[in-house]
Amino acid sequence: MLVPLSWLLEYAALQPADEGGPDVTEIARRLTAAGLEIEGIDHVGQDITGVVVAQVLDIEELTGFSKPIRYCRVTYGQDAERSVICGAVNFSAGDRVPLALPGAVLPGGFKISARKTYGHVSDGMICSAAELAIGEDHAGILVLPADAPLGADFAGYAGLRDDVLDVNVTPDKGYAMSVRGVARELAIAFGADYTDPADVGLPGPDEVGRQSAEVYPASIEDPTACDRFVLREVHGIDPAAPVPLWLRVRLARAGMRTVSLAVDVTNYLMVELGQPLHAFDRASLSGPIVVRRAREGERLETLDHVVRDLDPDDILITDSSGPISLAGTMGGLATEVTDQSADLVIEAAHFSAAGTARMSRRHRLESPASARFARGVDHELQLRASARAAAMLTALGGGTVLPGCTYASAPVDQVSVVLAADYPDQVAGTVYGLSTVTSRLRQVGCEVSVTDEAAGPPPSTAEAIGAILPSRHVRHEHGRHDRAGRLMAVIPPSWRPDLTDPSDLAEEVIRLEGYEKVPVRLPKAPPGRGRTARQRMRRSIGRSLADAGYVEVLSSPFASAADADRLQLAVDDPRRRGPVIANPLSEEEPLLRTTLLPGLLRVLSRNLGRGFADVALFETGTVFLAKANAPRSAPILRVDRGPTVSEVASLEAALPEQPLHVGAVLSGDIEQAGWWGTGRRVSWADAIEAARIVLRVSRAEFSVQADHQEPWHPGRCAALYVQPSEGQQWLAGYAGELHPRVVQAFGLPPRSCAMELDLSAVETAAADLGPVQAPVISAYPPATQDVALIVAQSVPAADVEAALTAGAARLSPDGDGSGDSDGSSDGDTGTAGGIMLEDVRLFDVYTGEQVGDGNKSLAYTLRFRAPDRTLTAGEAAAARDAAVAEAARQTGAVLRGGS
Amino acid sequence: MSAPNKSYDPVPVTALSADEVARMQAEALAAIAAAADLDQLKAARLAHAGDRAPITLANAEIGALPPAARAEAGKRVGTARAAIRAALASRQQELEADRDRRVLVEEAVDVTLPWDRALPGARHPVTTVAERLADVFVDMGYEIAEGPEVEAEWYNFDALNFPPDHPAREMQDTFFVAGPDGGHSGMVLRTHTSPVQIRAMLTRPLPLYVVSPGKCFRSDTLDATHSPVFHQIEGLAVDEGLTMADLRGAISSFVEAMFGEGLRTRLRPDFFPFTEPSADVSMECHVCRGASARPGGAPCRVCRSQGWIEIAGCGMVNPRVLVACGIDPDRYSGFAFGLGIERALMIRHGVTDIRDTVEGDVRFSRAFGTEA
Repeated sequence: MLVPLSWLLEYAALQPADEGGPDVTEIARRLTAAGLEIEGIDHVGQDITGVVVAQVLDIEELTGFSKPIRYCRVTYGQDAERSVICGAVNFSAGDRVPLALPGAVLPGGFKISARKTYGHVSDGMICSAAELAIGEDHAGILVLPADAPLGADFAGYAGLRDDVLDVNVTPDKGYAMSVRGVARELAIAFGADYTDPADVGLPGPDEVGRQSAEVYPASIEDPTACDRFVLREVHGIDPAAPVPLWLRVRLARAGMRTVSLAVDVTNYLMVELGQPLHAFDRASLSGPIVVRRAREGERLETLDHVVRDLDPDDILITDSSGPISLAGTMGGLATEVTDQSADLVIEAAHFSAAGTARMSRRHRLESPASARFARGVDHELQLRASARAAAMLTALGGGTVLPGCTYASAPVDQVSVVLAADYPDQVAGTVYGLSTVTSRLRQVGCEVSVTDEAAGPPPSTAEAIGAILPSRHVRHEHGRHDRAGRLMAVIPPSWRPDLTDPSDLAEEVIRLEGYEKVPVRLPKAPPGRGRTARQRMRRSIGRSLADAGYVEVLSSPFASAADADRLQLAVDDPRRRGPVIANPLSEEEPLLRTTLLPGLLRVLSRNLGRGFADVALFETGTVFLAKANAPRSAPILRVDRGPTVSEVASLEAALPEQPLHVGAVLSGDIEQAGWWGTGRRVSWADAIEAARIVLRVSRAEFSVQADHQEPWHPGRCAALYVQPSEGQQWLAGYAGELHPRVVQAFGLPPRSCAMELDLSAVETAAADLGPVQAPVISAYPPATQDVALIVAQSVPAADVEAALTAGAARLSPDGDGSGDSDGSSDGDTGTAGGIMLEDVRLFDVYTGEQVGDGNKSLAYTLRFRAPDRTLTAGEAAAARDAAVAEAARQTGAVLRGGS
Repeated sequence: MSAPNKSYDPVPVTALSADEVARMQAEALAAIAAAADLDQLKAARLAHAGDRAPITLANAEIGALPPAARAEAGKRVGTARAAIRAALASRQQELEADRDRRVLVEEAVDVTLPWDRALPGARHPVTTVAERLADVFVDMGYEIAEGPEVEAEWYNFDALNFPPDHPAREMQDTFFVAGPDGGHSGMVLRTHTSPVQIRAMLTRPLPLYVVSPGKCFRSDTLDATHSPVFHQIEGLAVDEGLTMADLRGAISSFVEAMFGEGLRTRLRPDFFPFTEPSADVSMECHVCRGASARPGGAPCRVCRSQGWIEIAGCGMVNPRVLVACGIDPDRYSGFAFGLGIERALMIRHGVTDIRDTVEGDVRFSRAFGTEA
């Protein structure tokens, strides 16, 4: 909200800055420290120089131009005459006008000089309101009152020089959306006297609240929509009466347009008091006014010329013709005050904050009035605000105020908060003392009564806010309120609907005393157990992928159906069913992602577009998958007690599955060409290795199997499985080369690769792993044996390796391959006890004539070692034979070149 | 020489004559001196000091001499062989030194050549800064709490004392999840990490000290300072007897750990529905330490010469929030604080355009490496 300082100082009696009072910077600092953040200070009008009050002596209408041009002689004092050219025609000889002399500077640094135009020398310029930055009116010259002092500095005369504060009003502080509220805070901040603008300019005290049957009748039909409704009437206003300059300047400084006398006066008082006011054209009303909710099918054309379909929850002002105003939001067009309206009905009301907020949201219509009602308006201001409006209108526009008013009302609950007198001390961790606490609360307008010594415990905080507590939290012996002490009963002022709880009152005391007075207590160290295994695992995975050359990115979680098409997903693929966002930023991407890949591929493509040919990326992020049998919606639980177990379960049941995934994409060279030789393109193997990196970090047992799944190349896709326990396996994800159609759809280079794993599943599979158990390190030399095995092309290398390992394991006393008790190792366990196959390494894969069609040769180095001795050549050969025999049994492997 | 030999047959051993020994020595020394490289020297060693070398063979003849002659001949041959050995060793040393000088110089390489076969990987600075922020609190004894990104409205708003229809709810620019027929689902994309506070209070034993980093969503159009997807980290402490003084202590410890020793912090009133009193937190500018805001101070780009930088929001947990979690506000009190990770990145690492954090340009993450 914009507030001119001069307006505030009218009600907060601060010493002016030039008489030793605080300057505007200090004022802004103190207001901010008190909770009214001053976001900016605009030193308006400081740049205006050389504009004086002048009088038009005579006007020569020039002809022969495409538009009317006047050549005017003006005076601004004895012997001070100039002639100026002017294109406006809204003034006459004898009018007083602002004259910018040559050398003058107008707002925005616009310099005026004498110049020849339309065949005459224009020795200055007479100004419009827009040129002086006090309105938007460009068309006409600003005509001044006849008593404007000739020759006076116009900026000083019109009060153009001011400091405008931009107050960032938080949504709890409706009262601060007014000069009244800000001036109160300003007076408190500097300990200055404060005059409540709601108390000035009123008719006699008896007159303010006097009801009269003469005034337009009104009633409240729905007291939940409106609890105060006041109407007053003024008759015989001059609709063409000029809006005085001071009012225009103030409205302009407060960021409001000048419209007409009636609108400007109601706006002025809204800014000053915080009470929205509305003026109806008396002649357009018919029948008594009723405040009620809308009925099905009702419509209203509002002042902005929009015809609105009304919702049964909308709060309306109606007359016998139907709706005439969206309450507290915007008036109707049919009853708008026009330039013919001489008789006005002024409305001041108090509408439901939530009701106006909903209405304003529903109709996407935030007005200065609805913004105030939604944040809370003083519910005892309507009589006085409307009285001031009537008085001000007739003072400025002539006519008469009809005596009395119409006052419809519904009871408003009186808020009274009982709390321990030292509650603010307990919240702040300091001692303010009773007198400070009570005087601060009284400063903000509270009525405070303090009980005598030791009145007993106050009501519990939970009771104070109408809450229910479970029995597990019975009040504690050392609870903060159990000490018998003084109690305060506090009745907050009518303009502070935000003060309902003891903590609200504590905040008032603490903020006014200053947050800097709160002591700093060094934190005690709670007995935290550090990061969980899952949290540590996630960090290690990120580090490992980064170490392997992958760059982490955070791609967009928003997705589209087109993404699913690009990924070649089948129509019934569950990854097409991501949660839908009701109000997406882009209609193109209304879904939440079910896979990280489209986002990653787009980032990949962006990097390629920026000239990086070789890119490897990864992301760790949540994906969202519809849950089978989920309830239609998550309930909104009550908040006056903790939720029950089943209530919590009902919330969880509605939420989609949100597993954490890790994905990687890669394109171009994984190894660069350079002076050392050629580079190497990324391949399916790199993508699968990226998955292995993740799985190795997790320590979960895992396996790699050939599979096909969109969006991967059907012959180059691995499924990765984790084993949470013996004999159980969970699909963790897929890796490999992308399907050529996917590569094309995303505009990527051929043979781009990707992997994606369900990290949540991996984490769960690894959750029960204990600490790593140390291996036995033998210092005896190894015996290495190379074997080349011929197997069918279709046999996965992983199976051959597993068989070799199993075969060798049978030799070890604690080998886990002993399931085959009929093993063919003919008693080797006796002689070869303790031989360990320490490592199996595939060093060559060969296909070709020598191994026969449809076969391949896999060459392995087997490294054996015993814990207690050097293996003999015979032992090593026997161990090798055992491993090969098992491979032969399981995979049909034949020893190449063997007998 | 042919000395009389009474006991044995007088056998003249020409090879052991002084002349002959001298000749063999001279030949050997000449061959050694002539050896131009280690291979030639090896040949010379074989020829003149090996098993078949004349002097070796001559040495074997000593036994054939009469006893009286043996000593003299032995001494003569021994001296000659020693001289040959010494010559060999010295020449060996010369030639090795020679080789080292020549060959190792020839093999020298340019050790400044690059070895960028593999491009470097990196973690995203949002990840590493979030981790670093969390580290500070984990080291203070806090635990890390987590929650879902699609969240029930009750957790995101109601339990946090956002009344229905209150403007504070409106200000959150919420993405709503559509229900099965496009209707109300009671779910939103969480607009802050604060719902994790509720989850922590409902599931963890008291007292509790947790910090929750995570992704948040608001329907802001992407520009230099706004992103519809951003990250926050939020802390929550609920214990007996916690006051605003404890909150100030926690905030001040955190700021010093993250941004620099001795940096002051300042709280000013603000409004959040879930805390009361509420405050925004500013810290003294870590670059100019407030100097830019003092008279005559050099301008500071980081704090725009304000001397202070807004970094976080905080407050005492609103008793209504405790109640909604079934906690007795007369026994327990709490404080909470939260800050934007992207904001921390901007302050601490000079990121000026938030779009850099979402576009995924490899240059951006790479500049940060793997730790913040």
